Amino acid sequence: MSAAGEGTDTMVSYLIRNAQILDGAQQDIHIADGLIRAIGTGLDVEADIDIDAHGLVVLPGLVDLHTHLREPGREDAETVLTGTQAAAKGGFTAVHAMANTFPVADTAGVVEQVWRLGQESGYCDVQPVGAVTVGLEGKKLAELGAMHDSAAGVRVFSDDGKCVDDAVIMRRALEYVKAFDGVVAQHAQEPRLTEGAQMNEGQVSGELGLGGWPAVAEEAIIARDVLLAAHVGSRLHVCHVSTAGSVEIIRWAKQKGWNVTAEVTPHHLLLTDELVRSYDPVYKVNPPLRTEADVLALRKALADGTIDAVATDHAPHPAEDKDCEWAVAAMGMVGLETALSVVQQTMVDTGLLKWEGVADRMSHRPARIGRLPGHGRPVSVGEPANLVLFDPAYRGTVNPDSFATRSRNTPYRGLDLPGRVHATFLRGVATVLAGELVERGGLA
Amino acid sequence: MKRHLVSAADLTRDDALLILDTAEELAQLSGRAVKKLPTLRGRTVVNLFFEDSTRTKTSFEVAEKRLSADVINFSAKGSSVSKGESLKDTALTLQAMGADAVVIRHHASGAPARLAQSDWLHGSVINAGDGTHEHPTQALLDAFTMRRHLNAGTGKDLAGRRITIVGDILHSRVARSNVHLLTTLGAQVTFVAPPTLVPIGIENWPCEVSYDLESVLPKTDALMMLRVQRERMNAAFFPTEREYSRRYGLDGARLAQLPEHAIVMHPGPMVRGMEITAEVADSPRCTVVEQVANGVSVRMAVLYLLLGGAVFADGAAEPARSEARTDSSEAAL
Repeated sequence: MSAAGEGTDTMVSYLIRNAQILDGAQQDIHIADGLIRAIGTGLDVEADIDIDAHGLVVLPGLVDLHTHLREPGREDAETVLTGTQAAAKGGFTAVHAMANTFPVADTAGVVEQVWRLGQESGYCDVQPVGAVTVGLEGKKLAELGAMHDSAAGVRVFSDDGKCVDDAVIMRRALEYVKAFDGVVAQHAQEPRLTEGAQMNEGQVSGELGLGGWPAVAEEAIIARDVLLAAHVGSRLHVCHVSTAGSVEIIRWAKQKGWNVTAEVTPHHLLLTDELVRSYDPVYKVNPPLRTEADVLALRKALADGTIDAVATDHAPHPAEDKDCEWAVAAMGMVGLETALSVVQQTMVDTGLLKWEGVADRMSHRPARIGRLPGHGRPVSVGEPANLVLFDPAYRGTVNPDSFATRSRNTPYRGLDLPGRVHATFLRGVATVLAGELVERGGLA
Repeated sequence: MKRHLVSAADLTRDDALLILDTAEELAQLSGRAVKKLPTLRGRTVVNLFFEDSTRTKTSFEVAEKRLSADVINFSAKGSSVSKGESLKDTALTLQAMGADAVVIRHHASGAPARLAQSDWLHGSVINAGDGTHEHPTQALLDAFTMRRHLNAGTGKDLAGRRITIVGDILHSRVARSNVHLLTTLGAQVTFVAPPTLVPIGIENWPCEVSYDLESVLPKTDALMMLRVQRERMNAAFFPTEREYSRRYGLDGARLAQLPEHAIVMHPGPMVRGMEITAEVADSPRCTVVEQVANGVSVRMAVLYLLLGGAVFADGAAEPARSEARTDSSEAAL
């Protein structure tokens, strides 16, 4: 089916009753023809489907700036279809598909292919990210303009997984994308300081005899990049910030008024490098899990807005790439289906963010950074009906076997996490209802 | 004792003393014409070596054979990945063949821990050196050697003894296992190395750190010199081999600054002319050869205590204490 369904008169209409819109009072929401038609108490309208949303919170559809959908090339780990199904189950209505596929998304052809697969899936909008350099090699700029001008309309460029470490290439990329309001999303990792790196460098790495990934390797690149962005007057986005020191540099850059944004992953808001003591590669991720002091600094920065967005860095891997020795295991964790629960636990239940703040960090701001005009909109009449119904009172144990993603590499297996996505609407079409994916045939 | 020996940190003081005392008893065997006990008859021990190691592998093999175990050498040289078979599949294969214990040497830190925690195999896992993590039987043989020289006797520990370990601490599994075991036994450990070869976070380890070898020598009861790989200087850990030798190497003049009773140790292989001069290596105060002999006794003790007479029920082991329980093949898996 086509993700675009607006305006067709065959669309199912919904009346959501007694939902709490963000932190406000309970109201009814009428969805028809892809739009929010009415909001009020005791709405007297006819709808095809009534949903009793008592106890549920309504958020705008979540937007992920950082998702690995793996297609093309690693369909054994994830496909655009399974990845967008996982996204829908996690409450997302748009995801940015990272460029490190096989082949790399460094041409108009590849980004258009990913974009088209997203259109066909219908579960979630897929906005391809283009590579900054050819083959992610950091040597030669990819055809950034061609990717922007393609049907995929790429605005976010990243060599994620690798750092654009050459200062001249980074400067040029930042300058070049100004022509079409693009942004360079940097994976900040000084390569020489992280040769052989296996985990955060600190107390635990020393004891475990695993190669260290020092915080300075991230912070040094961020410091350089914010100065470059200021110098050329461009937009910089910092991927998966993981250290307290990085937060300080970004805070400083923002105080200067520079156009710098940043994201943090759910796992860096919850987990620490102490977990690596098990040598279980499910905890192996890049950037690595850091210390408790870093976790607390990241939460604070997300709360005060220094960090703009939560981004999942959803990184599916097949079982054999994790069922092995730490040193040879792949880096990354799946995260789409647990993101909102982790944010509830770390930010909402701790009093650091209200639901309004969650909407800002997981929908409004990421949509603005990615320049997605139809997403991150307020929950109000006339807006596209991109919505999540979330049950914050739900308590459950994470069971990877229930995931929609094709991979199972979650660090939360067996952990009790709060909250559950009850329903997700993409332009008025339910992609998830009662916590379950709506079958493809049922999407209208 | 636990079912596995993965880290020296897993050993309590009682565990460690039991191993050392058992090793003392078993050491008497080596003086006999027939150096063999029937203890592990019918038990299968696999030496799973992913990394070249002549001395450790030979030492384990001698220990296993002296206890009459069926010994299988499974050499998986190079990385399991380059071979195409995963550690998991190798382990499943050994399990299917009925391995009662797996002695594993692996280039990846944590590989023995993975084996021990997984359900890939059910036998005991003995760490024979994993990456830059640990080498617990080396620490045990070092402690055994130190005890013989510094506080000989059954049930004795190393309380108050001052042990200095010099060299590439950052990459040394010997140093990591030793700091755990020696502090468990009451010793005071000092690491000496250039700052580049000391791990980040060492200030929280139970040891002292010095960058100056000469100042530590007079306060040392046992001095352990670690091998320093020449290739480290290519990664700028130190400028040249000669400079390393001058600042951190042990020569005759420095040997003379040690107290008279102090011993010089080395886990081998030595790089003569780098961390130790030939003069010191060949001096009677150097215990390198003795350490090798003690390695066999200590590894026999570990195998004996983990496997000898152990009755496996629900995957848990009842360790045989020191009574002379022998053959129990009928109780094996």
